[in-house]
Amino acid sequence: MEQTQISNNKTNFNKVEINKLFSPFVKIYPKNNNSIIFKVKNIHCASCIHLIEKSLYTLENVFFVRVNMSTEKLEIKWVGEKKLADKFAKIVSGLGYPISLYDVDNLDNNFEENKKILIRSIAVSGFAAANLMLISVGLWSSSVETMGFATRELFQWISSLIALPAIIYSGRPFFYSALKVLLKKNTNMDVPISLAVILTSLISFFETVNSGEHIYFDSAIMLLFFLLIGRYLDVLAKGKAKKSAKELLSALGGTATVIKDEKQVIVPIKDIRAGDIITISIGEKIPADGIILNGSTEIDLSLISGETLPKKANINDYVFAGTINISAPIQIEVSKSTENNLLTNIVKLMEKAEISKSKYTRIADKAAKLYTPIVHLAGLFTFIGWWIFADLAWQPSLLIAVTVLIITCPCALGLAVPVVQVLANNSLMKKGIYLKSGDALEKLSKVKYVILDKTGTLTVGKPSLIGSYSEEDLQIAASLAHYSKHPFSRSICDQFNGKLLNLENVKEIIGCGMEGYFKGKLLKLGKKNWSCHSQKDENEIFSEIWLTVENEKNICFSFKDQLRKDTKVVIDEIKKLGITPIILSGDQNEVVKRIAAHLGINDYYSEFSIEMKSEFIRKLKLQNKEILMVGDGLNDAPSLAEADVSISPSTAMDITQNTADIVFQGEKLFPIIGCIKVAKKSVLLIKQNFLMAIIYNIFAIPLAIIGLVTPLIAAIAMSSSSLFVIGNSFRLNLKRKKL
Amino acid sequence: MNILLYLIPIALTLGLIGLLAFLWTLKNNQYEDLEGASERILIEEEKEKNDKD
Repeated sequence: MEQTQISNNKTNFNKVEINKLFSPFVKIYPKNNNSIIFKVKNIHCASCIHLIEKSLYTLENVFFVRVNMSTEKLEIKWVGEKKLADKFAKIVSGLGYPISLYDVDNLDNNFEENKKILIRSIAVSGFAAANLMLISVGLWSSSVETMGFATRELFQWISSLIALPAIIYSGRPFFYSALKVLLKKNTNMDVPISLAVILTSLISFFETVNSGEHIYFDSAIMLLFFLLIGRYLDVLAKGKAKKSAKELLSALGGTATVIKDEKQVIVPIKDIRAGDIITISIGEKIPADGIILNGSTEIDLSLISGETLPKKANINDYVFAGTINISAPIQIEVSKSTENNLLTNIVKLMEKAEISKSKYTRIADKAAKLYTPIVHLAGLFTFIGWWIFADLAWQPSLLIAVTVLIITCPCALGLAVPVVQVLANNSLMKKGIYLKSGDALEKLSKVKYVILDKTGTLTVGKPSLIGSYSEEDLQIAASLAHYSKHPFSRSICDQFNGKLLNLENVKEIIGCGMEGYFKGKLLKLGKKNWSCHSQKDENEIFSEIWLTVENEKNICFSFKDQLRKDTKVVIDEIKKLGITPIILSGDQNEVVKRIAAHLGINDYYSEFSIEMKSEFIRKLKLQNKEILMVGDGLNDAPSLAEADVSISPSTAMDITQNTADIVFQGEKLFPIIGCIKVAKKSVLLIKQNFLMAIIYNIFAIPLAIIGLVTPLIAAIAMSSSSLFVIGNSFRLNLKRKKL
Repeated sequence: MNILLYLIPIALTLGLIGLLAFLWTLKNNQYEDLEGASERILIEEEKEKNDKD
């Protein structure tokens, strides 16, 4: 057809290709010490760790190698030349582990720091809680008569000594957050929590100093301890997925080969400017948007459009950053610099949508808005009432007012959401569903529309071989196919597990297919008009390639992007829940129509671009109905961000997974139903929890206002209401076992 | 009751040592690679020694 360029390193096709240079990213320390951190994939076991570390340790200059299995990081330190970094990368990738750069600057250090502060706070409050309990048992179970005045005094002072620093230290996450919203003249759950903790501590300290009877440090610190655990789990869930996208962006941040003054220069991708001329070899990611100057190739667009079939690209065609050049080396002229390319624009579009989305108010904050003013006014009126109208001295009046605030029990309110959330998280995670934010559950429970992407969501997202073929034919086809990176070839290789034939003279003919010789016979695998010289048009319904054995036979292999196995069941189930499914696809009308008819979906829209998709959702949102978006491609990312809540399969692009609120694993779509059901159940439980807290308060507040609540009753009431809330939340798991 | 004057500080000190030990492990990034640590135990010791040489 076009040029018949033949790539020379065919034999390495199954191995990972290294066409990036890492040396510009080496960090240099004094005394010629260098270090670099790589991201290494596919580390599964002890022998992987050992293999990588050993093969690098054997090199002379290396003095430190450490594989971190959890984060897939490989840190290497050595003395000498920077260039060695490329050698290390080659060694590791030669062992079969895909390697890329781990760009530390890009990572969210804020998140790591946040996590550490929370763990430290948990440790400190846990220590204080355990020790305070020890002393509190003594204080609560006996009185001055039995233990003596001095002992009680000692116990109280020791309690203050442990509790005050611990509360100041580990309460900070709540205090800061409360202060922040108060400054914005708003309120959230952290305001009553902080206030209760501070007031309880102050009054306890006041009692200690004045040799009073009761102190409540134990309640304050226990509350902090439990809430911190909930908050930590929340941060952990949010952070993990965020990190993966950051790492993806850092993997894109490698180098590119730029031609300057007729010389090839290696330049970091972020330094590429419009007008630069870049050479891109086979299998390399295209680093910037541009126009092809030289060569014709096929481009894997799956990153941008989710489309599985490669697209042909010739001179003067546009190519986009992030897509992969698959069949021939090309030269492009960069049209937009890195800050401006399509990929970055998609990310910007997503960020914009995220901002508008973060305005959502969570149930807990809604409750706090209602609760805070009422309770605090009740406290104020109690104080004024006792002091001015009942002629009590101001100290006891204040004491009664504070009892009102404490007994209104922010503990139960504070625990109402996190406990359910943690439990829901756990039960979903066991099923391979990863929940990134607590809001997702709340919003998911109200969903009225489900918008589904087609390729990769309803379907598996890659062409799979259909029909049956003889073992011999598959063997010949797979032997040829394993030299190629084409999706059809990969699909054939996936299908065949036996031994491959030893072929000679294997060549890839660009735009046509693969050819090779076996025992002197010419074998061809590729387009129909090339491999069997037929002039007939190709079959339109299925994609196909033909295998020709010289003078013997022609065999047709057909491919189809198949629906996931349970797609139909899931769609029926969605309808049963009273939710309307809608298909939005970038694919041709015919294909989408057929699938929609098969699934029984009336609303489908085809040939939609990235912007059209998110525009569609924005318009639908005007109806004030909650929208769930399910999608996997980078082209779905802005829509995922735009929708109220979003789900994406774990086969999706990392960046898409980052955008989605929920990520599920596995080949099936059923987790969508699972999520919605768990969400509905969780929100029901959360509402019950709040209802319990309210009923409790209706009884407790009047008693506290008229001064009838003794400190012992207050302490018992507080802990029992918290226990009720926790107990009720655990029903989430009980019911799920019956399902 | 005088025994309390010894026992409480002893109990608190022991607890505090535990707390400080935990904070120290945290600071030394000992929880960075929990999966790796459980796999590394399977690597034969003799080879491990060679590695360190």
